[in-house]
Amino acid sequence: MFDTLKSATTNRKSVETATSKLIAGAIFGLVFGFLLQKGGVGKYNVLIGQLLLQDWTVVKIMLTAIIVGMIGVSTLHHFDKVNLHVKPTRIGANIIGGLLFGAGFALVGYCPGTAAAALGQGSWDALFGMAGLIAGSWMFAELSGWTKRTVETWGDFGKLRLPDLLSVPRGVFVVCFAGVLILFLVVVQQFTTR
Amino acid sequence: MRTNMPSSVPMISRPAALLIGSLVLLFTCAATDAGAGVDALDYPGPAWSPYIVGAGIGVLSWLTFYFSDKPIGASSFYAQLAGFLGKRIAPRRTASLTYFKDKPPKVGWGFVFVVATIVGGAIAALTGGEFANEWLPPIWEARFGDSIALRAAIAFPGGMLMAFGARLAGGCTSGHGISGTLQLNVASWIAVICFFIGGVAVALPLYNL
Repeated sequence: MFDTLKSATTNRKSVETATSKLIAGAIFGLVFGFLLQKGGVGKYNVLIGQLLLQDWTVVKIMLTAIIVGMIGVSTLHHFDKVNLHVKPTRIGANIIGGLLFGAGFALVGYCPGTAAAALGQGSWDALFGMAGLIAGSWMFAELSGWTKRTVETWGDFGKLRLPDLLSVPRGVFVVCFAGVLILFLVVVQQFTTR
Repeated sequence: MRTNMPSSVPMISRPAALLIGSLVLLFTCAATDAGAGVDALDYPGPAWSPYIVGAGIGVLSWLTFYFSDKPIGASSFYAQLAGFLGKRIAPRRTASLTYFKDKPPKVGWGFVFVVATIVGGAIAALTGGEFANEWLPPIWEARFGDSIALRAAIAFPGGMLMAFGARLAGGCTSGHGISGTLQLNVASWIAVICFFIGGVAVALPLYNL
């Protein structure tokens, strides 16, 4: 189970760093689960309510997290304090995978992260979805050779960010985009009860 | 066998565009359908303001990037669990699969993160008096009755679909939906929009038909 710890050499220092990395992950995970539950997104009715376009909690949380996260991470990156982890843009895989994910999300009522928070809050039906997530991951692994040769090559543009598309300075883009997202949030807030 | 040629792109993008177009149409029609089967707002909402929670998750992202050099993500955890189980049951088969060759299962930062998410959810629920201890969500019960087997029969394949989609798209509502979008990642914005289109397209008929 603890491959990471085993593979770390017997050099005490690297074991320590591996352990402290995991401890940091645990602390951040605790905070994440705590926030998800307090935000109501461990609750099936809040999540399905969003997909029924009745309860806008999920969109409000996600957009706020994106705005705050974007401003902070962009600033940190500008001063070379953090690395970005940009996933490759593969139009076919992003669209098909995205639609399949959404369909599954509606059937389960929890997404992978909120299912963990839901389980913690005693919503035991999250276990069914989690078991399905494990099985589906295996199913993907079985087909991964094939998807790599086919779907993942359709519209493969590599690592691509929105500012690259518009060729505007990144700082300018972040400020404008934050404004657009805030405006969208204001509109959502105007028209929704929750 | 399709080759990696640009000419194969229009061939897929046209049906994909058709599919998306018809889904948008479907969900617009369904959304304007007044006969909503249930009202989600009759059920308990969040304990805290979504703006406080969202800002908190945003700040948490700063910290994971700065201290751990990692974006927040959840779906890989389940793939790693699948890998561990696979190693136990069919070690040779597991080692032969492309995905596990690319990403050998290990207990790393992301794995610990999701396990801790469960505990964090428990702490929040217990301290807030919101511990549910139930097998069926009330809104589900109102719509589909009190069969736990039915809930499992819908949720398990749903989970399979969700994991497959997350692996194909390259992330879930956390990895793409929050971490990827805040990095202005094009893939993530495409994926998260499709998450919602797919979700709405299935949820509306599920609760309204």
